[in-house]
Order: sequence, then structure tokens, then C-alpha cells
Amino acid sequence: MNVLEFTFLVWAGALVAGFLGSLTGLGGGVVLVPLLTIFFHVDLRYAIGASLVSVIATSSGSAAAYVKEGFSNIRIGMFLEIATTLGALFGAYLTAKVPGNAIAIIFGTVLMYSAYVSRRTRPRTDIEQPPDRLATKLKMNGAFPDTSGIRTYNVYHVPAGFGVMWVAGTLSGLLGIGSGALKVVAMDQAMKIPFKVSTTTSNFMIGVTAAASAGVYLSRGYIDPSLAMPVMIGVLIGSLMGTRVLVKTQTKSLRLVFSVVIVLLGVEMMFKGLTGGF
Amino acid sequence: MTTKPLDDDRVEGMIAHLLRAGVVIAALVVIGGAVAYLGQHPRAHVDYRTFHSEPDNLKTVHTIIPTAFSGDPRGVMQLGLLLLIATPIARVIFSAVAFVIEGDRMYVGFTLLVLAVLLYSLFGSFLIA
Repeated sequence: MNVLEFTFLVWAGALVAGFLGSLTGLGGGVVLVPLLTIFFHVDLRYAIGASLVSVIATSSGSAAAYVKEGFSNIRIGMFLEIATTLGALFGAYLTAKVPGNAIAIIFGTVLMYSAYVSRRTRPRTDIEQPPDRLATKLKMNGAFPDTSGIRTYNVYHVPAGFGVMWVAGTLSGLLGIGSGALKVVAMDQAMKIPFKVSTTTSNFMIGVTAAASAGVYLSRGYIDPSLAMPVMIGVLIGSLMGTRVLVKTQTKSLRLVFSVVIVLLGVEMMFKGLTGGF
Repeated sequence: MTTKPLDDDRVEGMIAHLLRAGVVIAALVVIGGAVAYLGQHPRAHVDYRTFHSEPDNLKTVHTIIPTAFSGDPRGVMQLGLLLLIATPIARVIFSAVAFVIEGDRMYVGFTLLVLAVLLYSLFGSFLIA
């Protein structure tokens, strides 16, 4: 393949990934690394570097759309970013120490897990509990607009959420992904933050988390401009298209199809990792 | 004690526009570099199968900027990516200022901690990378 063909095909692939990722809410970043390594035979480190850059682009680019809704909680986000950025720094250092095949196996596991999380229905019993002392001290309890006016909420289990966030940050730095699924789990499941607040706050955190490992990637030479360029532009245009289109009737079946794609890519990554393909 | 959602929302709205402007500028710089890059060697062979690490002039902030301004297409694209990496950092700086204005010293501290990690990654990590 020559430069022109390669750039165009990678751009087109990234566009589709970004489009499906934002349309289904599953995130496009998670399929970029398998796409680049399996179909374009790109070295894992270059693929991780390009993917991370596109994660920053989508997170920052879509922030305006999320803020308008008034759901995100800046204090929760900022406090938990301490955990995610430290984790991301640690994860970025690990990429040089952990063999490529092990990274591929971890990647495969994360792909399957994020597909599983997106399919699961969340049985949540919101029992009224007294406000958590630590969360109150950290001024995390908030309010957001609901159909029935302003709804207030309390935040619980801050240390557990902080711990899961550290893991999410580490995986983000190790794999070059946004770790959005795990961030939502930390807030929604562990800290009992309303789902809408969790997802929008998570989107904000993804860009800051990714920036923490991007510097390390850059100085290690993982970010190749000729490869990251079509990936970033493709994902950015694709995800902006995805937020505009909003085909409500088709989203459910599309989600299922995209989940299946993610699982298959996860299986392939694991298989290649186990057979020493990286 | 709950936070004031309306004040925070206004600040967040400004931050969101800042982020979007940053992404647009970064994308335009990347596209500018891409046009020059694709025009330069459109038929050259590409191979990303093996990792070579990038050349030193594309690896750190203080080498990328002069490389880009010397007109090197790959340097220009890398500068665009650097601007993109800088947008979340700008967001954190903006949040720190907002917390200072609100007089929330605890969150000024948290925000500066996050900022320190980000700046270390971008400017200091090459020391032990």
C-alpha cells in the first residue's frame, strides 16, 4: 500500500468506528486498536498512540453537546481525575514493560467486558440513605434537571469509586482507550451517582485522563503523525456525524450488532495475543 | 451541602466552547500538515509493522514546535496533535481559575494536583521515558 491508499483506508475505517461508537454510545476508541493491528498490520504501540489521540479529540469535541444538558458534576469529575490521571501515567509507563502479547490479552478482556456492561440492564434500588460524610465534605452531592424539576442526589463510597477510577486510568494509559465503560461503572454502580450524571461526567474525564498518558506516549515515540492524522480526523468527523444523526428506531439493533463486532474483535485480540501474534 | 448547579453550568459551558475551539484549531493544523504530507510523497511505501520510535524532533514539546515552523509536514501534523493534547490541559487550568473565583480552596488544590500530573507527563516524562 502507498501513502495515499493507506491514509484513505485508515481514515475511512476510523470514520465508521467513530460514527458507530457515538451512535451506539459504546465509544469508537475501543475498536480502533484492533482495527489498526488486525486489519492494517500496524504495530501495537503505534496503534495505541493513534487511538489515544483520537480519544482526546472525541471527548473534547463532544463536550459542548453534553454540557448543554446540565448533568455533569465538575467537582466529582475533578476529584476523580486525580485517580484517573495518576493511573494513566502508571499505565503509560507499563506499556513499555508489559510484552505486547500480554497487552493484547488484556485488551481482548476489556473489549468483551465493555460489550457485556453495555448489554446488562442495571437493577438499581435507590434506597434513601443518609448523606455520606466524606462525599459531603468533598461537596460532591449535587442536583440536575429532571422531567419533574430539579432532582438532588447524594454520592456514596468515595474511596471505592476512587479505586475503580485508578484502574480505569491505568487501562486507559496501557491500552490507549477512553475507559468510558469502567468510569461509568465506578460512578453509577460504586458511588451511586445517577446514570445521566455518570455518563456526562465520564465524557469530560476521558479527555483529561488521556492527556495524562499522551505526554508519555509522545516522548516514547508512540505517536506517529502520519498514522494519527487519518485516525483523528476520521474518528472526529464520524463521531460528530453520529451525534447529529440519532436514528432512534435503528439504534437498538445497531447497538447489538456493534456489541457483537466488539466481542469478535476481543476474541481475535486474545487469540493473537495467546498465539504470540504481537 | 449541595453545589450551585447554575454557576457551575455557566463555567462548564464556557469550558466546553473552549474545548471545541481547541479541537477545531488542532484539526485545522493537522489537516494543513496532511495536505503537504500527502502531496510530498503520495506513492511512497508505508509500513507500520515494526516499531522504530519517532525521530527525536517529533517527540518533545520543545523540538516539535521548531520542526513544525521549519515547514516539515510531519512536524506540522505533530504540532496539531500537540494542540489537541493541550485542550484538556487548558480545561483543567480554566477549572482552577473558576474554583479560585468561587473561593473553593479545597478544589483549587485538587485541580492543581491534576494539572501537575498533566504537565509532568507532557514536559517531564521524557527524562525517564
